[in-house]
Amino acid sequence: MKLTIPEQELMEKGHMACLGCGGSLAMRYLLKALGKDTMMAIPACCWAVIPGVFPYSCLEIPLQYVAFEATGAAISGMEAALKAKGKKDGVTVVGWAGDGGTVDIGIQALSGAVERGHDVKYVCYDNEAYMNTGIQRSSATPKGAWTTTTPVGNTRFWKQTNKKNIVEIMAAHDIPYACTASVAYPEDLIKKAKKMKDIKGPCYMHIYAPCPTGWKYPPEKTIELSRLATESCIFPLYEVTYGKYKINKDIKDEKKKPIIDYLRSQGRFRKLDEETIRSLQKHVDDEWIKLKKKVECFGEE
Amino acid sequence: MARSMAMAGNIAAAYSTKQINPHVVAAYPITPQTTMMEKFSEYVANGEVDTELICVESEHSAMSACVGAAAAGGRVITSTAANGLALMFEIVYIAASNRLPIIMCVMNRALSAPINIHGDHSDSMGCRDSGWIQIYNENAQEVYDTMFMGVRIGEHKDVRLPVMVNLDGFITSHKIEKVDTLEDAEVRKFIGEYEPFYPLLDIENPVTYGPLDLTDYYFEHKRQQVEAMEKALPVVKKISKEYSNYTGRNYDILESYHLDDADCAIVTMSSTAGTTKFVVDKMRSEGKKVGMLKVRLFRPFPVEEIRECLSGLKSVAVLDRSASFGGFGGPLFNEIRNAMYDVDGKPSIVNYIFGLGGRDISAVQIEGVYDRLMTAQAKMPGDVHYIGVRGD
Ligand SMILES: Cc1ncc(C[n+]2csc(CCOP(=O)(O)OP(=O)(O)O)c2C)c(N)n1
Ligand code: SF4
Ligand SMILES: [Mg+2]
Repeated sequence: MKLTIPEQELMEKGHMACLGCGGSLAMRYLLKALGKDTMMAIPACCWAVIPGVFPYSCLEIPLQYVAFEATGAAISGMEAALKAKGKKDGVTVVGWAGDGGTVDIGIQALSGAVERGHDVKYVCYDNEAYMNTGIQRSSATPKGAWTTTTPVGNTRFWKQTNKKNIVEIMAAHDIPYACTASVAYPEDLIKKAKKMKDIKGPCYMHIYAPCPTGWKYPPEKTIELSRLATESCIFPLYEVTYGKYKINKDIKDEKKKPIIDYLRSQGRFRKLDEETIRSLQKHVDDEWIKLKKKVECFGEE
Repeated sequence: MARSMAMAGNIAAAYSTKQINPHVVAAYPITPQTTMMEKFSEYVANGEVDTELICVESEHSAMSACVGAAAAGGRVITSTAANGLALMFEIVYIAASNRLPIIMCVMNRALSAPINIHGDHSDSMGCRDSGWIQIYNENAQEVYDTMFMGVRIGEHKDVRLPVMVNLDGFITSHKIEKVDTLEDAEVRKFIGEYEPFYPLLDIENPVTYGPLDLTDYYFEHKRQQVEAMEKALPVVKKISKEYSNYTGRNYDILESYHLDDADCAIVTMSSTAGTTKFVVDKMRSEGKKVGMLKVRLFRPFPVEEIRECLSGLKSVAVLDRSASFGGFGGPLFNEIRNAMYDVDGKPSIVNYIFGLGGRDISAVQIEGVYDRLMTAQAKMPGDVHYIGVRGD
């Protein structure tokens, strides 16, 4: 049998993530793709806890914990030192951060790093809130979601603004490669990670990584939910290579699922009213059309 | 009627913030502060406060938003811990230098690296020279009450400085205790309406905050800031007294416990004072002349009052919950020994560093410190010691 997923494990057994954690799967696949010549920086996030408490660790790569806001700058420094010492060839320098560490507190360092053109790979696992501190909103939290800082009360309800589109922000930096990936499509994720490894220059990967604890759904549904997110075009799989857009998993109009099933399967959307659901559906539809237009105008020939 | 409620320190901080009903709260989550902001978010979502809550994208922005709001003329509250306070550092100075009476709860926690979420004082001690008034609280009740006093102190016309309300991470922030509360109306009466000085919102009288200020004036402005801190000391005393009379709960800048006839004493802060009192009670019942001094007000540092309390003792151990790397002992020890230097017949004073990264300090260990103080003939050998660490 031909395996499509590398057998090598650089994430060992005994991690501390919750049952069904999308973020832990994402790391496992990424490391399988990148292999052992990988050096990583991780800021504050669930993944600062998942590897284990001293003296234990489940990650078998050189690893540095950095300040929450600092990932982009830290990997810039790591890459520069490798270059200066003539050791950069064949080594992949990775920044691995949560959505909060990427789209909120870390966006300045990330923007600086990719604009300077460092040969670094920045990977964000997106669970759409600050999970490590107990489910507070981030700017990657979608509109309509309950979090502990966007509670559903008598006069104010859930998050009122849309999710920040960080992939487009990264693409707008004119970097060689920006893409989305999902734990429900490991082959696609691994292919993209390998592509990043081969490209010289800054690359950005945004991984959809559901969190049963924060989203309030049963842990065995992580993959199902991830698939639903892509099939209803909430989280399309696409990539932007040297400015060229490509959708990796096309969803035909007749196959496109309404977002209601996705919303109904998670406690965080439990109290949404019909009108808000309609407006969320419209937003998803508009964004999907926009993405298809980009492929039409700036697709690969 | 005022009620007794069961609440954790963080909830006491949130509840008092609700009762203060500030114009603006801007904050960012960090363990062990988070539950305060979560609770406050609920009050906002339920329309129980008029506050504009800004869930910012970093602590640097949290303090910057507070500075913006306070300069505009608002009553402003925030909270943070550890790395969050460290990231704010630049703006922490700006808040104090612009003389903005912001209130900030700090759920004291160890700084990185390595990562540790538990309690010690290295975060706020790193800001001890930033120009903030610092009050360290023993329990949830003190946190609750200090918030109201803090508003009055910071906004006092002779002071106009930000106030840091410190509580021990997890030990106080998460432990549920009985807290006697005030009615909303009683709180409002005590804190009064906010009258901002030189608000940006006064468009008819435009002012500038924080301009370029070089060799001709900067030094004078800093000298004024020093003076504001000096003036804060009697104000803290006065408002503590007023609040004590108002509520029947006794507050002062220091708390001395069985010091009058004591031979030996421990000086410490925050929750450890509670454990130390327990030990003093036990040892007193055995006829041992021991006492304790709890320092509530660390900035401005109450030199005269400390001298009064500690003169006449034979020996003193200062317990610091933070290290000053490369310094001569911990920050509290530095201040205490410095304050006592000119006192005739001063006690011998030694330092103990304890509890870094939330390492527990037990009653037995505290009793051990008293025992060593009592058995030492004159001055205890050595200056700086450690409690409960491997290899010591
Ligand atoms: C400067 C600073 N502020 C706040 C924190 C507290 N903190 C640690 S992890 C975290 C949230 C992380 O969220 P995200 O990046 O989305 O990762 P997740 O935990 O969701 O995996 C926060 C707020 C910190 N460690 N440092
Ligand atoms: S809280 Fe969510 S993201 Fe964090 S370890 Fe648990 S499942 Fe994973
Ligand atoms: Mg997250």
